[in-house]
Amino acid sequence: MNNYELMVIFTPVLSEEDFKAAQKKFLDMVTDNGGEIVSTNPWGLKSLAYPIQKKTTAIYWVAEFKGQSDFNEKLKIQLLRDEQVLRHMVTRLDKYAIEYNYKKRSGLPTGNEKAVEA
Amino acid sequence: MAKANEIKYLTAIKQEKRAKKFSRFEKYGIKYIDYKDAEFLKKFLNEQGKLLPRRLTGNSLKYQRKVSVAIKKARQMALLPYVTDLLK
Repeated sequence: MNNYELMVIFTPVLSEEDFKAAQKKFLDMVTDNGGEIVSTNPWGLKSLAYPIQKKTTAIYWVAEFKGQSDFNEKLKIQLLRDEQVLRHMVTRLDKYAIEYNYKKRSGLPTGNEKAVEA
Repeated sequence: MAKANEIKYLTAIKQEKRAKKFSRFEKYGIKYIDYKDAEFLKKFLNEQGKLLPRRLTGNSLKYQRKVSVAIKKARQMALLPYVTDLLK
């Protein structure tokens, strides 16, 4: 059971309930395959650093989950098939990443604030 | 033969001790560089959005590689541009 972090970029024309429906679809997929959702964090509409498919803004969604290693293949197929998804990225989290994400979620000061001014 | 310390130079030799660069990751105990934190990663990019070399960022090799991986992920997810002008 490894920890993964999924970041998905949806098309900006997505309405609110479609966005929720899409989130639910992927989250249910995780739980159906014996995974477990740690956290889900929709960023909402954000402007992109460069246009993707001629769109300059997009809806971001970040989710953290635990899952089997073979589950990602199924997830990738679903993500590629869904045409609302512009781009997605699944990253594996090591123990420092998990601790960092936990700290960020619960508002504890992560080490970065001090380093920003350096 | 004038001894070394008697030699007078026209202009004083610039000997200001350059501040010892430190790797901010060891100093502040940061272990994970988050690719989603675009503001923090911008400190390692120059105006064109290119990666700064180690001699400028002062990072150790281990953390410079982690920073470059994180920046490439951020570029992939359109959080940071591949190339731009006047990024800051």
